[in-house]
Amino acid sequence: MTEHHAAPSGPTEQRLLTGWGRSRPTRATVLRPAGAEDAARLLRAALDGGGPLVARGLGRSYCDAAQSAGGTVLEMTSARRILEFDAKAGTVTADAGLSIDELLRLSVPSGWFVPVTPGTRYVTLGGALAADVHGKNHHVDGSFGRFVSDAVLAAPAGVRHLSPRDGADELWASAGGMGLTGVFLQMTLQMLRIETSAILVDTERCSDLEDCMARMSTQDADYRYSVAWLDCLARGRHLGRGVLTRGNHARQEDVEAAGGRRGRDWREHRLALAPRQAGRVPVTPPLRLLSRASVRAFNEAWFRKAPARRRRELQSIPAFFHPLDGVGEWNRLYGPLGFTQYQFVVPFGEEDALRRVVEQLSSRQVPSFLSVLKRFGDAGSGHLSFPAPGWTLAVDIPLGLPGLGELLDRFDAIVVAAGGRVYLAKDGRVRPELIHSMYPRLDEWREVCDRLDPGHLISSDLDRRLGLRSERPGSARALRPRPPTEEAR
Amino acid sequence: MIDATGMPQTAVLVGGTSEIGLSVLKALAARRLDSVVLAGRDAEGLAAAALELEGAGVARVVAEKVDLSDPAAVDGLEGLVERCERALGGIDLVLVSTGDLGTASLAELTPHRVYRMFEANATGPAAAIVAFAKRLAAAGAGRIVVLSSVAGVRVRKANFVYGAGKAAVDGLSLGLADALEGTGVGVTVVRPGFVRTRMTTGMAAAPFAVDAADVAHAVVRGLETGAPVVWVPPVLRYVFVLLRLLPRAVFRRLPG
Repeated sequence: MTEHHAAPSGPTEQRLLTGWGRSRPTRATVLRPAGAEDAARLLRAALDGGGPLVARGLGRSYCDAAQSAGGTVLEMTSARRILEFDAKAGTVTADAGLSIDELLRLSVPSGWFVPVTPGTRYVTLGGALAADVHGKNHHVDGSFGRFVSDAVLAAPAGVRHLSPRDGADELWASAGGMGLTGVFLQMTLQMLRIETSAILVDTERCSDLEDCMARMSTQDADYRYSVAWLDCLARGRHLGRGVLTRGNHARQEDVEAAGGRRGRDWREHRLALAPRQAGRVPVTPPLRLLSRASVRAFNEAWFRKAPARRRRELQSIPAFFHPLDGVGEWNRLYGPLGFTQYQFVVPFGEEDALRRVVEQLSSRQVPSFLSVLKRFGDAGSGHLSFPAPGWTLAVDIPLGLPGLGELLDRFDAIVVAAGGRVYLAKDGRVRPELIHSMYPRLDEWREVCDRLDPGHLISSDLDRRLGLRSERPGSARALRPRPPTEEAR
Repeated sequence: MIDATGMPQTAVLVGGTSEIGLSVLKALAARRLDSVVLAGRDAEGLAAAALELEGAGVARVVAEKVDLSDPAAVDGLEGLVERCERALGGIDLVLVSTGDLGTASLAELTPHRVYRMFEANATGPAAAIVAFAKRLAAAGAGRIVVLSSVAGVRVRKANFVYGAGKAAVDGLSLGLADALEGTGVGVTVVRPGFVRTRMTTGMAAAPFAVDAADVAHAVVRGLETGAPVVWVPPVLRYVFVLLRLLPRAVFRRLPG
């Protein structure tokens, strides 16, 4: 992944942008501020032009959160200074365009890990906070926003210093606010102390979905990190079979105790990060390579390859947290139409909703090679933050399958009826009418947004598609007759 | 905005009373379409079409009376585009479905009739397509769906004026699609065979005849897959590979 190391290609450029799913290219004026001050200046200039404007990091949201058709996109990846790193307290203050990859290269050798990492290191801090990302440790640690003690936000109403102590509602509107409150310039993050950079991993196969859920429910508390990969093409008694990988940061004595060559490597390079990229997908093939047959073969091999049970294996940070980062631009494998990721959460007690979705994925033989199940812990404070206590399933699905839109609509109905929601950073197609049910704090969020951006100058394609900041004019909610006022009665 | 599965939320129908056009919009209303502008010349027809769409679940329908055979209306196209943009708060899809099958009888083809048929099949829609394309390109997103016809793929004696008009708009749309590369705007050219509609009432159905609903289904599928050209039914793509290769002496003798 070299794109974020590329030199800025000039201050202004008209470009097609898509999310990681490569599905809906739209064109915008892309500005690349050289630093945080430059970003604040460009924001003011662009807003004088009337918007709509949104910030973009490394483009890892899946659909249309970081693009704004006909508007301006501030590509923040050149603003990536580390301003302060307190190796004693483990606090980092950095520009919002810094990536987790770059941060880890600095912090891991000093014995500090990011408190939350999503499945890729190639996200910016700004993007991570705007989506309030979660990782495999959500059931223990919560989401990204919890670890931000200060953030500087450039909003149309002015530059704000946000913290959980003051300006808290503006922080919680922004954490998970999908970039719609303004542009993050800088933030301070509390890191996690680690003795070694190794993860002590237990891997085990689960025979079906019930087995997966049972093991996760009873044993997740023993692990800081826990996730299950599911084979959504498996049918019948294998329905929802998967591979559980769970782990904890290895302590010094774990590394000392490890035998063999790997153990020696870890003893010699206790805090090495060892990120390697095996290769990259050089071009977008004219058709999708992830077909039902190839995904089925992959899933079968992946399941068989996993040990029935393996204990206390030492794995590197990249291997455990970011396996897909090993293949650059793997999203190209989905071909010219791209793909979407359907990720939802349903509360504990609504396991039946999860079962029904997995059953339908299986019976429809939807070719998903990445299906990930995880248990969430307590919800964070972000108004539109996605994680909530319950089960979350994320499924990559190639676009263009007949009936896919209708199938996902049926999933939405199941999810909403169960009191769940879909993840805005992944969504590309939910019905706007469902957003209120999924995100009951939407009105509270809108009030804070209206304060930070009274002219609604900050907007993305996601915002306009779902009517997040204000109802779409054609939505049922916008057209519903208002309740009569006191006077009218 | 158009969603990840290719489904629009707003649309303009040029040829606002077209059976095929309305059929497509109804199919899209079952997905994400909630706001529509119907642009056409028959005020009563537009009102009836608006009711039909509302019945199919479109929340907001606005009628725009416009006659593209009127030079003043063509001059006013940019204003129409502006009004559509304002009414919809952003145009996702422009569906151009105009046509006049007219006649191929030399006796009936007065110069005026030929001229009028070209207006309905070619110059009117061409002016509209380009006017909307410019707006969508400036907005950095959107899709234009043009109802062409297999009649324009190789012009036959049975409907040579109509077919020539469709050939013009078909070629224009394909060239425009290339010109719009990189703007975020896509173009879909739809080539149905014989469609059983008001326009073809009383005519003997050609082989591979379809209904408006079949065209709608194919267009929705085309939006999902991003297909640049949609044949209805799909087999016509292959039929026309052959028909295009036939020597004229043979092609001329084909029935219909």
